[in-house]
Amino acid sequence: MVKPTRVTNSLRDLRFAHGRLTQADLADRIGVTRQTVIAIEQGRYSPSLEMAFQIARVFGVPLEDVFQYPEETP
Amino acid sequence: MMSTLFYLDEVTHEEKRAWILGIAATASYAVYLVVVLGRAGGRPPAEVPYVATLLWTVGASIVASIVLSILAAVISKDGGKDQRDQEIGRFGEHIGHSVVIIGAVAALLLAMAEAPHFWIANAVYLAFTLSAILDSTARIFAYRRGFQPW
Repeated sequence: MVKPTRVTNSLRDLRFAHGRLTQADLADRIGVTRQTVIAIEQGRYSPSLEMAFQIARVFGVPLEDVFQYPEETP
Repeated sequence: MMSTLFYLDEVTHEEKRAWILGIAATASYAVYLVVVLGRAGGRPPAEVPYVATLLWTVGASIVASIVLSILAAVISKDGGKDQRDQEIGRFGEHIGHSVVIIGAVAALLLAMAEAPHFWIANAVYLAFTLSAILDSTARIFAYRRGFQPW
């Protein structure tokens, strides 16, 4: 449950790049609470694939511009 | 006071409910124990009257939880339940459910052993209380420390 996720995200940068969109604005756009946006941004919650796509759509970018997964080291 | 208000604004309604349910369950069980054990004197516990106290403390706990949840929602103008709340809620219920099963098995064994009703009722009440506390603790932990359902 508390195993840290390896997924990282660029939510904060994207919010600032899109006219300083607030966490509350983003939350309204994707239909979640502001606290959930904060949890995603801080890596404390991994959203569902559907929510991830909704977030990417708000910023008009591909999913991998929002969420990243590190390459496996050989 | 300000930090409390700040905290109220920073957590979701469902996290506040987890706190309220956990505290109400703990407080009501503590009151029950104090009253029943206080009555015991030198008697064996199974002879102590407990039914009315048990019903009153359970009733008070339910009423207090409902009233405090409504108050918290009104004061901090909380939003609804989102996907994360639902997932964390299910996780908490899953954790709490295991204790209810342990309590049911304990009650079954006590009944088969023809133990006094006092012990059977108290095994079930303890299981419900521990279940509520574990459920709330797991939810709060998931909200505070992080929750990765995948």
